[in-house]
Amino acid sequence: MIHPIPPGTRDVLPDEMRELRKLQRALMEVFEGRGYGEVATPSIEYDELMARADGPTRSSYRFFDESGELLALRSDMTVPIARLVASRFAAGEPPFRFSYLASGFRAVRPQSGQMREFLQAGVELIGAAPGEGTVEVIEVLEAALDAAGLGRAVIGLGDADLYRQLLEELGVEGEARDSIHISLATHDLVGLEQKLSDAGIGTEQAQTCVRLTQLRGGSEVLEQAHGLGGEAVERATARLSETYEELRRRGIADRVQIDLGLLRELGYYSGAILEVYDPALGHVLGGGGRYDGLMQQFGLDLSAAGFALYLDRVHTAQLEEARRG
Amino acid sequence: MADAPLKLAVPRGALFGETLDLLDAAGIDTSEMRGDSRSLIFEASGMTFVTMRPSDVPTYVEAGAADVGITGKDVLLEQADRVVYELLDLGFGRCRMVLAARTGNDRLGEAQRRLGMMRIATKYPRIAEDYFESTGRRVELIEVKGSVELAPLVGLGDGIVDLVATGRTLEENELEVREEIVDCTARFVANRVAHKLRAAEIDELTAKLREASAR
Repeated sequence: MIHPIPPGTRDVLPDEMRELRKLQRALMEVFEGRGYGEVATPSIEYDELMARADGPTRSSYRFFDESGELLALRSDMTVPIARLVASRFAAGEPPFRFSYLASGFRAVRPQSGQMREFLQAGVELIGAAPGEGTVEVIEVLEAALDAAGLGRAVIGLGDADLYRQLLEELGVEGEARDSIHISLATHDLVGLEQKLSDAGIGTEQAQTCVRLTQLRGGSEVLEQAHGLGGEAVERATARLSETYEELRRRGIADRVQIDLGLLRELGYYSGAILEVYDPALGHVLGGGGRYDGLMQQFGLDLSAAGFALYLDRVHTAQLEEARRG
Repeated sequence: MADAPLKLAVPRGALFGETLDLLDAAGIDTSEMRGDSRSLIFEASGMTFVTMRPSDVPTYVEAGAADVGITGKDVLLEQADRVVYELLDLGFGRCRMVLAARTGNDRLGEAQRRLGMMRIATKYPRIAEDYFESTGRRVELIEVKGSVELAPLVGLGDGIVDLVATGRTLEENELEVREEIVDCTARFVANRVAHKLRAAEIDELTAKLREASAR
């Protein structure tokens, strides 16, 4: 007799659990070893609180409790940890370093293989100086990937403010800007060029913008971007180049791909954004970045950065890498 | 990084011939694919070509089973939830997604006026749904797999949403275009991770295809 479970959820049996536990231990050891103490928060929070990070992180599952309060299942750990820092560490001395191993919940498309409940392992660094914080988080991520045995994995590094500022510079706003943002986030270059032209941007500038999204690689990318000009581009490449220089000094720059086309859908990022890829897997393993504005939503003027890895995907990548021999 | 040749998903069917012509123009050897081999996988010019139905291309590319692919915009719109990067409009395979109904027959308009609801047969339920929703009309969509032109002739639905190249099939079935929904051409798409990790190879191929399609 089969008793179904909701689509996008699953059971884990001992063979898999043993491997997952091993992976979790390896990751958490890296986090603890670098001073990121593990925290846990409730799976349910007040909806009003989760909604402060508007956009796609808005919880998909909301319900009333017995006294009529609107509750929400968390969609990731970044917002709960921002709340935790504001409530419990407001008087403390930053920076604060936390790690977590926790489930998040998101709505899924039917039959897409997406998980409604997914396990994430990650860190949050709150209150470190902006440039310094980004570099430290990338360093931890790099060590975590090594600990997972993914020696070929690559960390994409982009800048969330680039297109926000570039579109401002070009005088695109309102609906046109939002629509262009969607094309950028989904990397629909044909649509992007069309929408830029609809917004009254000249062919040359539109092509510059499209070309910008295709710049990804080592430090040569920053020089190429430099040639494309514009103040927004200058500012973004200056920020990226500073981060990249520091990564180089710490000897981890070759794990990092500068990517001016990187734009994550999560609404709260500002400045550096990260994504993680492994050549053995067609899907992104995780991501993160800076989210200074989110802390302000909780009344703290602190810069913040972090990343989360999807445990299941990292596990799949491990298996694929092993198959490759 | 490049441990295996770059894999390109090639659409069989209506787009096949022009896709091969484009690859030829880009300096890629397509002679084996043009032969009458029953193979589905070919190696040429340092790349691997996987031939498949156009509607399977986004599936293979999203999963990374193919690094890049060529398929119609109609397929991409219908499978808009597949995460693939759309890099280039290749310009060929042009056709229109339209709302069509029986020539000289007002059944479609009447359904909307008197019932506030049209019954539409289509192979593209998602595109149709988005279109009618964006124009504020209620429809009942009837998904069919085969010749959709048949549906209104025998009273299955008041009209159809379908892809039209020359319009001859519509004409032969005494159907006429009532509304144009969107123009579709062939597109060059890439897997998200491959686009990052095989940047140089994909950029080179994109540049070649851009140049070849502009000719």
